[in-house]
Order: sequence, then structure tokens, then C-alpha cells
Amino acid sequence: MPALASIGPRPAAARRLPGDSGVWLFIAADTFMFGLFFSSFMFERLKNVELFNRSQQALSPTVGALNTLFLLAGSWFVVLAVSAAKQRMEQAVVNCLSLGLVCGGAFAVSKLFEYGAKFAAGLSVVTNDYYLFYFVLTGVHFLHLCIGLVVLAILRGRAKTGVGDERFLRWLESGACYWHMVDLLWIILFPLLYLVR
Amino acid sequence: MLELMRRTATVVWIVLSLATGVSWWLAEREGSTAGATVLIMLIAAFKARMVMLHFMELKAAPLPWRCVFEGWVVIFTGVILAGYWVSLAAPH
Repeated sequence: MPALASIGPRPAAARRLPGDSGVWLFIAADTFMFGLFFSSFMFERLKNVELFNRSQQALSPTVGALNTLFLLAGSWFVVLAVSAAKQRMEQAVVNCLSLGLVCGGAFAVSKLFEYGAKFAAGLSVVTNDYYLFYFVLTGVHFLHLCIGLVVLAILRGRAKTGVGDERFLRWLESGACYWHMVDLLWIILFPLLYLVR
Repeated sequence: MLELMRRTATVVWIVLSLATGVSWWLAEREGSTAGATVLIMLIAAFKARMVMLHFMELKAAPLPWRCVFEGWVVIFTGVILAGYWVSLAAPH
């Protein structure tokens, strides 16, 4: 009765890290690196609070919140994809990953429009310290998002043939955790850059 | 088990989306008050922790891994709020 074994407190041996532990080391290093970015933003902000608050007013909290909703929906679809893979429902895996890609793509398109509007308004990385942080932090995050989109697309391609394979599940879980990290970083980055004033 | 996993993920997703809406509303309505900013950062910390525990499955991960990531939320939310607190006293 393996189902009964899952009831009650989880024994230490049953605790497991989804996916590959090497990917988790990368995720941990990356999130701490972003943590240092967040800290240096707050530190630099102290040197000129008024400038940071004034510069921030050119950003739209509505666009930032909408982008958060895109990433949250994307993460949810990716969780559903992992769950479908465990049941070897290959079509569901492909569909959920496609929807995850659409959500991530919506974030990317919205971000490009946002950058375009900033450039059109004459704002760039050299405008002031606030915009230096804005472009570097969101730019590095955007790069992570693009890598995540490529990873999801590759996993989607593999899902058509490899759903029954244990290795596929491990890579899907690893890719999913990386994707959630992109979501996680934006969850802090959005209020930090757009809302703290 | 998988059905439970899906249901939990869906509830978490809805809660996270609603929390995003609350943060947006706070920023639009009360954006310039310190109370709103602190609340918005605490909501963000809560959201980050939910993503870690439920989407990244750290809830069922070996405890040292879970501690590293939960520690991340505490440390950097603390640093951000401390920086914000100091900025309130800084000359404008």
C-alpha cells in the first residue's frame, strides 16, 4: 500500500529536491547574486533618495503588476506540466509548456515595449544612478527569462517523445525550478524598482 | 497525490495573483506613504516564500536546502526594509 506511506509526517529520507542538484546550486548562487544587487540598490538609493523617488515616477506600477501576473500564470502552467509528466500524459505536458511559453513571451513583449518607451522618452542607462539600476537589474532578469523560454521550448520539444523517461522528468523538474526562480526574482524586483518610495 | 499537487498549485497561484492585485492597489492609492511601502515589501516576501515552498517544491526538500532559501527571503527583505527605514530619516 504505497499510498498509505505518504500519510503523516514526511520522514527525512522521503524529502527530495526536485530535479538536478547542480541546477539547484546554480539557482542558489543566482538568487544570492540578485540579493546583493537588491542590497546595493537600497544602499545607492540612500545617497540620493529624492532622485530615486523622482526617477521611479516614470515607471508604471500597472505594467509591472501585469508582468507579475504573466509570470505567475507561467509558473502555474509549468507546475501543471511537471504534474502531467509524472502521470505520463504527454499531450498535457506539451500543452502546459506551450501555455507557460505564451505567458513568458507576453512578459518579454511587454518588457520590450517598456524599454522602447523609456528610450523614446530619452531615458537610458546613463541618465542617472536609478536608471542604471533599472536597466541593469531588469536587463539581467530579462536575460534569465530568455534562457528560461529557450529551456521550456526545448523541454516542450522533448516531451513529445521522452515523457516516459526518468531522465526527462528530472530535466523537466530542473527547468521548472529555474523558471520559478525567474518568477521569484521578479516578485522582489517589481516592488523594489517600481513601488518602494 | 498528483491531484493534491495540482489543487495546491492552483490555490497558491490564485492567492499570489490576488496578493499582486493588493500590492498594485496599495501603490496606486497610498503609494507615497511609508506604511504602504513596508506592507508592499512584506507581501512580496510572502509571495516569494510561496513560490519557493509550493512551486519549487522546497516544502518537501531536504531541510538545509529549504533553510537556505527561506533564509534568503528573511535576509534580503530585512536588508531592503532596513535600507528603506534609514532612507526615511535621510535628508531629502
